[in-house]
This record gives sequence, C-alpha cells and structure tokens, in this order.
Amino acid sequence: MDFDHETMLELSKVWGLLYLILFSVGVVVYTFWPSNRARFDRAQTEIFDKDDTPWR
Amino acid sequence: MGQLTTGEREFASVILLVLMILGIAMAAAGRFDPMGVHGGMVFLYSGALLWWILTSFFGKEPDASRFSSYYDDPIKVGVALTLFWAVFGMFIGVWAAAQLAWPSLNFDTAWSSFGRIRPAHTTGVIFGFGGNALIATSFHVVQRTSRARLADQLSPWFVIFGYNLFCLIAVSGYFMGVTQSKEYAEAEWYADIWLVIVWIAYFVLFVRTLARRKEPHIYVANWYYLAFILVVAILHIVNNLAVPVSLGNAKSYTVWSGVQDAMVQWWYGHNAVAFFLTAGFLGMLYYYLPIRAQRPIFSYRLSILSFWGITFFYMWAGSHHLHYTALPLWVQNLGMTFSVMLLVPSWASAGNALLTLNGAWHRVRDDATLRFIMMAAFFYGLSTFEGSFMAIRPVNSLSHYTDWTVGHVHAGALGWVAMITFGSFYTLVPSIWKRERMYSSALVEVHFWLAVIGTLIYVFAMWNSGIIQGLMWRTYSPDNTLVYSFVDSLLAMYPYYIARAFGGLLFLIGAIVASFNIWMTVRTVPVAVQASSDAPLPSGIYGATTSPAE
Repeated sequence: MDFDHETMLELSKVWGLLYLILFSVGVVVYTFWPSNRARFDRAQTEIFDKDDTPWR
Repeated sequence: MGQLTTGEREFASVILLVLMILGIAMAAAGRFDPMGVHGGMVFLYSGALLWWILTSFFGKEPDASRFSSYYDDPIKVGVALTLFWAVFGMFIGVWAAAQLAWPSLNFDTAWSSFGRIRPAHTTGVIFGFGGNALIATSFHVVQRTSRARLADQLSPWFVIFGYNLFCLIAVSGYFMGVTQSKEYAEAEWYADIWLVIVWIAYFVLFVRTLARRKEPHIYVANWYYLAFILVVAILHIVNNLAVPVSLGNAKSYTVWSGVQDAMVQWWYGHNAVAFFLTAGFLGMLYYYLPIRAQRPIFSYRLSILSFWGITFFYMWAGSHHLHYTALPLWVQNLGMTFSVMLLVPSWASAGNALLTLNGAWHRVRDDATLRFIMMAAFFYGLSTFEGSFMAIRPVNSLSHYTDWTVGHVHAGALGWVAMITFGSFYTLVPSIWKRERMYSSALVEVHFWLAVIGTLIYVFAMWNSGIIQGLMWRTYSPDNTLVYSFVDSLLAMYPYYIARAFGGLLFLIGAIVASFNIWMTVRTVPVAVQASSDAPLPSGIYGATTSPAE
C-alpha cells in the first residue's frame, strides 16, 4: 500500500478518532474510579499542611 | 550559590570552561557574521559566572542541615530575572506599539525597526518574563507539593542561567537581524540547540524531584508543569529542525517545505500558546489560588478531567491558523472542530478556579493579590471563549490578519498570563524570603488597577480597530470593487494605536511598581517571626494597613 494523502486521511479520520475516544473513556474511568477518591481528597487538602520542611 | 558543595563547584567550573571554549570557537568561526558577536557574549556570560564560582571556590563545605530545608536560592534569582525581563519586554512592547502610531520612532536605524523590535518584545515577554516565571514557580510548587527538596543543587542553576543565556542570544540576535522568521521560534539554530540541552536538564531535574515525593499521588499542579516541560521540548525540536548554511554562519534553512512548513510552524505556534502560556500557568493557578484563598480547589476531579482535555485537544487545534490556505480543507476543519471543543476543558478550569473563590469573596475584596488571581481566571475564561470563536472559519475570515488577533493574544497574555504571574509572585515572595508581608499592600493595589485598566484599554482598542479593519477590507462597491484602500484602513487605526500604546504603558508602569515593591520587600521588610508558616497572612493584616474597600 502506498503511503499517500489517502493513508493519512484514513489514519486520522478512523484511527485518530478511535484513539481519542478510547483515551477519553480511560480518563473518565480513572477520574471516577471509587478507590481513587481517597487519594484525590488527600491531594486536595494536603497542600495546606503548615510544616515547611522537606521530608527528604 | 553558597550552598554548593566542592564537587558541585568543580563541576560548574568545568561546564563554564567548556562554554567559554565554545564561545571562543563561535567567535572565531563566525567572525564575519553576527554569530561571532554571540560567541563573544557566550564567552563573557560564562566567564562572569565562572568568576562568581571561583570567588567562593575554596569556601567551606555547606553543612548537612541544608537538607532539612527547601532549596529556594535558585527561585530567588529566577524571581529577579523574571522582573527584569518583564520590564524590558514590556518596554519594547510599548515602543513597538508607539512605532505603529508614530513610525518615525524607529529613528531611521535598522536595529530599532519594527520588524526587529517586535520579536524582541514577544521573546522578551513570553520566554524572558513568562519562561523565568514558570521555571521559578515550578521549583517552588514541585518542592512544596512533593515535600521534597530539589533533587540536586547544580542543575537548578544550570537551568536558570542556561535558559537566560538562550533568551539573551535570541533577543540580541533579532536586533542584529538574525532570525528564522518563524513566529515565537525566531531564534537561530545554535540558540535552539542550546535550549534543547537546557530543557532536558530541566525535565530530568523536575522528574527526579517528583520521584522524591512523599505522597504516592502527584498534585495536579505538577501535572501541568510536567506537560509544559515535556510538550515544549517536543514542539521546539520538531519545529526547529534546520540545516545551517555552515557552522560559522547564523543563517539556517528549515527541513520543512511549503504547506508542511506552515502546518508544523502553527502546530508549534498554537501549542506554544497551549503548553507554554496555558498549561504551565494553570499549574501556578492550581497551587497559588488555593494557597492564597485558603480554600481547597473546588473540584479536584474536574481539574484532572480538564487537564487531559486541554492536553489532548490542544494538540490538534493549530491548523485554525491556516484557514483559507493551501492546507487541505479537512485539516482546517479538524483544527476548527478541536478549537471549539477546547472551550469545554478551558471553561472547566476557569469555572473551577472561580468556584473555589465562592465563599471567599470577602478575601477577594480585601486582598489585591487574590484579586489578581481571580482576574486572571476571568480573563482566561474570556480569551479561551474568544479563541474558540475566532477559530470558526467564517469568523476567521473577518478576524484574520487584523488587530482583533492582537487584542485576543493580549487579553490572554496581559489578562491571564501576567496577572496569574503577579498574583503568584505576591504570594511567593514573602514566603521564600520569609518576610511577614509585602513591603506595601497599597502598591499591590495600585499595580492591580494599573494592570486591569491597562489591559481593558488595550483590548478594547484592538477589538475596535480589528473589526473596523476587517470590515473595511471586505467592503465592496456596487461595481464589485473594494471601497477602501489599505492606507484608508491604516489612517482609521490611528486613534486606536495611540490608545493601545497608552494601555500598554499603564501595564508597564504596573510591572515597574511590582519590581520596586518586591525589591523593597526583600531589602526592608523584617523577617517573619514564625518562619515555619508557608501560608499567606490572614486578611486582617492587610485590612489594618490599607484597605480601600473597607
């Protein structure tokens, strides 16, 4: 098969679309995965920790 | 630099000696070319730094207690360099704006012609001001959110001084007529190669510091900074692939040709806006906003969703710069569609920021620093909406090549980028210098209003002039001929160009006020008694000194 403009067209219109849709599904799943809740909640408030020294 | 160990001082000296030799080589090979001048500059720059290292070369070793505190010295230098570039870049900007109204302000010399000072302005503010601000704040945010000291002591200095050498070579080159003629990537091949080396060191330092973090989860601000570092490296390398005429010549030719060159350039150009001027500054927003407002971010999950949305949508939006060109129509459509879709993650970020402030509006009223951050989120929302709108092909047919584009860019650059930077700096400076407050909260207030009024004057002038230009260029008579000549439209712009230069001048004065205020904070404000607190002061202290709103 020649690698020409049509190939690029198919690559972006079919596979590019699929890859982006699958990726967004993955992101949504990660964001709302129940066991991730605890670490997100921690991250949200942890930056207010007053201790101004590095742990290492 | 007082904390460098003997080994680090030795290594730094070796790097600087190698650079000095490179400088001599450049000066020799390019002696009939502007590149020779750059060789001399590289030699003097690294020589000055080497002299600085050597003055304390045999000083005593730093003791181990340094590991129980964060490494903030490079951040302090970064803050100073940011302010220097802000004043320099904005001054050149005001000058360029004034030249558009009064062209004789180039004083009939080549180096000060509009075509040369315009890239000096864009590079000065984007890379000099914005880049130094990003590097300085990223060192602060990554240490605080990871609870880890920077991974080593030498590479932060290499990143800061190396990056500023790039900026210096780039800007001085434009005055001598050295340019690749690629927007926001004007610097020539040797400066580009140097930036790649510096940037890889930056990436390695950032990732190594993240690897030392305490929590398994990386705070979202660092995701944005990392996206900024990684993607800018990719963009910079691909867009600047070029073959120099010879090793002693500043001129190079890009490997891309024709419409591919245009596409690569605007893929770079738009993602420079996305990852340099948006992602990194969103990193600032997601740290300094909650810290200053003393409230956690409204929705952490929303920040994750908008992160991936911004990262993956922006990559495809660049082709909207090439509507009505030889670029295949489907590629133009792709860019247009992704640009419109971008509104969703962009407004999610802006909304997340403003909703975080919900319940803290009294702080916004009393604290000009927090108001800077709030105004930045507002302008971010405004200019992302405008950007999506302008990317739609029929709208673009009116706006393209007009001052509307310039107005849009400055709504983003002044309203979003500069305001979030100043808001972050007024939070950062008392914190890292361990001062109890800024020198003058009244001057912060003055700066805030100068910045807001300057931005509004600028943006409204450019909206008016841009739309008038667009309409004049497309007005046909009944005989199907153009009604206005180009010079007619130029004359119509005259009042707006004066207004634009005035708005920019107000913004420049604001930056000078900020520099003075930060300088005086470092010099005169007493060290805070309780140096352990990294948090901003309660709003009551500001209210006690000056509070126009009360």
